[in-house]
Amino acid sequence: MSQNDEMKDTEQAEKRVLADQSQFLSFTLGTEEYGVDILRVQEIRSWEPVSRIPNVPHYEKGVVNLRGSIVPIIDLRERFDLGRSQYTPLTVVVVLQARIGEKSRVMGVVVDAVSDVIDVDKKSIQSSPNFGAKVSTEFINGLVSINQRMVMLLDVDKLLKLDGVDSLMGMNDDDEN
Amino acid sequence: MSIDMAQFHQVFFEESFEGLDAMESGLLNLDMGDVDVDEINTIFRAAHSIKGGSGTFGFTAVSDFTHVMETLLDEMRDGRRQITQVAVDVLLGSVDCLREMLHAIQDGGAINQQSVGLHKLALDRELNQIPVAESANSQVVSVHSSAVQTEQQIAGWSIAFSPHLHLLKTGNEPLRMFRELATLGTLSVTADLQGLPDLYQLDPEECHLSWKLALQGNVPVNEIDDIFDWVEEDCDLAKQAIFTSVDTPSSAAPAIVNEATAAKMPVDEVESTAPDSVVAVKESKKDEQKAAAKGSSSIRVDTSKIDTLINMVGELVITQSMLSLIGEHFELGKLDQLKNGLSQLERHTRELQESVMNIRMLPISFVFSRFPRLAHDISSKLGKKIDLKLVGEHTEVDKTVVELLSDPLVHLVRNSLDHGIEMPDVRLAAGKPETGTVTLEAYHRGGNIVIEVSDDGKGLDKDKLRAKAIEKGLIETDTILTDKQTYELIFMPGFSTAEKLTDISGRGVGMDVVRRNIQSLGGNIEIISTLGKGSTIAIHLPLTLAILDGQSVAVGDETYIVPLGAIIESLNIKEERVNRVVGKGETFLLRGQYLPIVRMHEIFNVTSVKHTKLTEGLLVVVEGQGVRCGLFVDDLLGQQQVVIKSLEANYRRVEGVSGATILGDGSVALILDIPGLVRLANQ
Repeated sequence: MSQNDEMKDTEQAEKRVLADQSQFLSFTLGTEEYGVDILRVQEIRSWEPVSRIPNVPHYEKGVVNLRGSIVPIIDLRERFDLGRSQYTPLTVVVVLQARIGEKSRVMGVVVDAVSDVIDVDKKSIQSSPNFGAKVSTEFINGLVSINQRMVMLLDVDKLLKLDGVDSLMGMNDDDEN
Repeated sequence: MSIDMAQFHQVFFEESFEGLDAMESGLLNLDMGDVDVDEINTIFRAAHSIKGGSGTFGFTAVSDFTHVMETLLDEMRDGRRQITQVAVDVLLGSVDCLREMLHAIQDGGAINQQSVGLHKLALDRELNQIPVAESANSQVVSVHSSAVQTEQQIAGWSIAFSPHLHLLKTGNEPLRMFRELATLGTLSVTADLQGLPDLYQLDPEECHLSWKLALQGNVPVNEIDDIFDWVEEDCDLAKQAIFTSVDTPSSAAPAIVNEATAAKMPVDEVESTAPDSVVAVKESKKDEQKAAAKGSSSIRVDTSKIDTLINMVGELVITQSMLSLIGEHFELGKLDQLKNGLSQLERHTRELQESVMNIRMLPISFVFSRFPRLAHDISSKLGKKIDLKLVGEHTEVDKTVVELLSDPLVHLVRNSLDHGIEMPDVRLAAGKPETGTVTLEAYHRGGNIVIEVSDDGKGLDKDKLRAKAIEKGLIETDTILTDKQTYELIFMPGFSTAEKLTDISGRGVGMDVVRRNIQSLGGNIEIISTLGKGSTIAIHLPLTLAILDGQSVAVGDETYIVPLGAIIESLNIKEERVNRVVGKGETFLLRGQYLPIVRMHEIFNVTSVKHTKLTEGLLVVVEGQGVRCGLFVDDLLGQQQVVIKSLEANYRRVEGVSGATILGDGSVALILDIPGLVRLANQ
């Protein structure tokens, strides 16, 4: 077997591994650890004051200017009812991209701290347990165990589907017809 | 060397569609009684360019079809054929057909052979009719026929062709033209080398040669014109017909020469072609100007506009480097310099902004131009006599507005044509002129552009509207409506008062869409109507969608932008003028009018508000969609132009907010939507 073929083989093997693996950015909210698909992360920024939007749910903190486009900021702690936290310059905003329908949308989520980039073997992802109506697991894609810690993998598209945004749009569409 | 022709296709399509538009407007402008030669020339030229272009790109179906049209037009141009309404209608139909063909080719679809065949048939039928009506005076016929005969006895042409220096740069190659000429007859070419400079001064890209061409053979003048068509503007061309002479071995029949009239006619013809071609050149230049004003997916920008931009950017760079120099070694003594620099920067930025916006501005004629055709079609279909007047076509509007405006306008004009204007007999009975008038007018007022569609038709019947609305369950029988509110009923979905549906309008789908389209552009629409006299529908639109003159106001820690156009005045509140209405909150008495007070901090839930007592803050009186109210704010901050950013791109629509903008310090401020705020306050 020539050297060329060997190289091809290893490349293919790597590819196979890559296909089974994906990378997640993990961050903490209180004592819990969460992860989002790293390909959905646009950037990580520090907290800066937002412009409030009137008459929206409390967890939608407002909008900021992100290099000329207006980007909403959501507090994930408040979204998950984990209590409020004080914002300091060390508070982190993870800017995420979501695809909702045809549109792609950029939003920032406030988290306590970004911890790591983790490699996850897709096979090791467990489906999220059913807690009944008590705990909403609709945003959670699955669970994965990293060094004995449980990381909850979030579904970015569902997470950024703001309450009311799309149903509201749907309502308007109905009006139009 | 092979060139990928596909890269030129887009340009060809754009030019062809422009050409079709030119043909269409030309055909509609044709006055049967008094035919304007220039107009026919314009139409012919457009057809000719499309034929040439499609031939070049191998769209034979198009070029074959255009050829038939061109033949017909050519006969009209030469006065060999009378222009009849039937012929014009056939040509208009063919223009539509051609447009469909081009669209089909552009989208890679199949050409509708059946429709092409039908139109071609109609054209052929028109062509095969005896050119000039026999009933026309016989003299015309005889002159005409002799003209045809004389053409036949041309023995040849002597052509002096002296191209301008830049001919080669226009992509024209004399040799090819000569080769083409040689196919028409025996050609001998003599080159004139006199203009040739020294080798040292010779620019190989310039054409210094001129030629004398002798073409022998019985060649009609238009075939020669065809060849020189593309270079007409880039050369001096003189052609003279040579008639059968002794030493010219010619196939033309010398037998006919002895007819006295024959010898004179060609001379006349040569003379008359000269001014003709001048006119034609002018015409094509006009076309270019028109084309420059139009544009579909791309905008053609005047180079002078771009030069201005480049200058402006240059100035900006100079100012910037000046400022950074001051900043590097800053000391208090340089404060004045810094201020100067900053004011310069401000001026340049504003100028730059203005010129950039200027590029986006298109004349409204881009939208208006399609209406003469619409009026023509509808009036002939309905048997109405309608005069369409266009006023203020040169009013410039933002490109986005132009594009989004056309559908609503088509709707409104159709409504006017179909429902507004009555049948001629009804009009006469009502003591009105038989011909109805529909006027499309555009003008600027303040920061807005106003577009009015008015007709002198029957107007809106308030009682009928009311009855219909009650019948449809849109309002209660005892609902009291003002005139204005009654008229606005027609914007309700599913509302139509037309007794019978036509395929033009009357289905009641539409006016609601029209209003929504206009509102989505940030405009509003209002109706003024007098029963029996006609109605006017006025659309008010912001001049540009991207930039807004705003007044920033402070409410607590928040800054909001109020569109300057919506503000009527701002004033201090005097306690004695405030009245409280049960269940409806507070009102403020301003010049005899009770204005509802909208407390911004309450409806936007601002907790950091400074003043909650009305007398401590300010009242900004605003008007939106005919509703006035007073916004209670903490303070006025300043006026500035703001760039509108969409909130919906990443977020959602927020009631009472039309968008957002980025302030000088990089923070985001919300732009208030006044009608939305009023709605919000009423909830």
